[in-house]
Amino acid sequence: MNNDVMSLLAGVIDFFSQPMNWQGPGSILAHITEHITYVVIATLIGAAIALPVGIGLGHSGRGGLLAINISNIGRAIPSFGVIILVFLLAGFGVMPVIVALVALAIPPMVTNSFVGMREVDPAVRQAAVALGMTGWQRLWQVELPIAMPLIMAGVRTSAVQVMSTATLAAYVGLGGLGRYLIDGLAVRDLAQVLVGAILVAVLAMATELLFAGLQKLITAKGLQ
Amino acid sequence: MNWGWVASNTHQITAALLQHVQLVGLALLFGFLIAFPLALLAVRWPRLYGPSLAVTGVMFTIPSLALFILLMPFTGLSMATSLIGLTIYTLLILFRNIVQGLRGVSPSVREAARALGYTPARRLFTVELPIALPVIVAGIRIAAVTIIGMVTVTALIGQGGLGQLFITGFTLSFATPLVIGFVLSVMLAVAVDLALVGIQYWLTPWQRGVR
Repeated sequence: MNNDVMSLLAGVIDFFSQPMNWQGPGSILAHITEHITYVVIATLIGAAIALPVGIGLGHSGRGGLLAINISNIGRAIPSFGVIILVFLLAGFGVMPVIVALVALAIPPMVTNSFVGMREVDPAVRQAAVALGMTGWQRLWQVELPIAMPLIMAGVRTSAVQVMSTATLAAYVGLGGLGRYLIDGLAVRDLAQVLVGAILVAVLAMATELLFAGLQKLITAKGLQ
Repeated sequence: MNWGWVASNTHQITAALLQHVQLVGLALLFGFLIAFPLALLAVRWPRLYGPSLAVTGVMFTIPSLALFILLMPFTGLSMATSLIGLTIYTLLILFRNIVQGLRGVSPSVREAARALGYTPARRLFTVELPIALPVIVAGIRIAAVTIIGMVTVTALIGQGGLGQLFITGFTLSFATPLVIGFVLSVMLAVAVDLALVGIQYWLTPWQRGVR
């Protein structure tokens, strides 16, 4: 048992130290690039759909319960099923993966941006009205800056989930770090699986840190 | 949709659904049994909370597929493999919510219970837990819905409940089993979620007027 673990770790170190694994197509860097590409595209499309919906509903205060419920049901959608289903309908390509990841990314962003907008103190809202600010001005200059930490927390949750789920892309023949998991599983090469797991976990943690920093950066000084 | 396939494979579909329910139920049960004492410790000794949250946070970034595969040398293609993996993911969500729920109990309530001569155990079960219940149930709901989707991934290591239907659909290039598995999985999640809301409503009669 101890020997197994040792040889597994040796296998991982060996994998990382082979120059062959660092060059050309199918190299570690190429897989990382593919992986990040899926994640960035899916998170951006997801944000472009989810944030206006969540922010708009939170701003107007209408239809909120409906939005939250739909987005909760959205969490129940199995990404693995979406990938295969869209693959059967649309054929080989990036499309199935992007659709599944966008569906995964939307719910946390809708919920968080809605809650963030709703949690703006009513007194602050009224003060803005009393100052004669228009609806747009209140949205951009008062409510959004206050809601920003929660909105960003939603984007962060989505991005991290998308990062680890993007591994499923490999099942329908695409690249990304899931290749190490699916290929390693196929030939029972656990060292390769562990390599993939480590790389995805590191990327996910880097995403967390990146967003934590970003959140600090764009939160208004007075609110920190 | 090919309803003929559905009619002739009812047995397979029911078996997949049952396994799905079983995996989710057991994972939630084990997750709760482990997370609850851990959360009590973390509330009692706040110093434990930060490190345990960091550890669980890091574990959450491991892709579920990788975790399932890496458990295989220890537990093989058995149900235990997917059960252990799923339990780990419920742990992370449950632990956080139980701690937050218990911490949300106002100190004055806690002191009042102490002044009335409640023993710590009685205080926990008759005062603190009921107050923390909504937050705890919220955690169970998130955990349940999350792992109902995650179970399907374990089809890649020979388990998977309704995920088996996804694999069947993929290998046969045939959408019907996929759609069935998909719809049943989403319906299961919604049903479990509603059931948990109902249980919370039933267990917290004092909250009914508030909303």
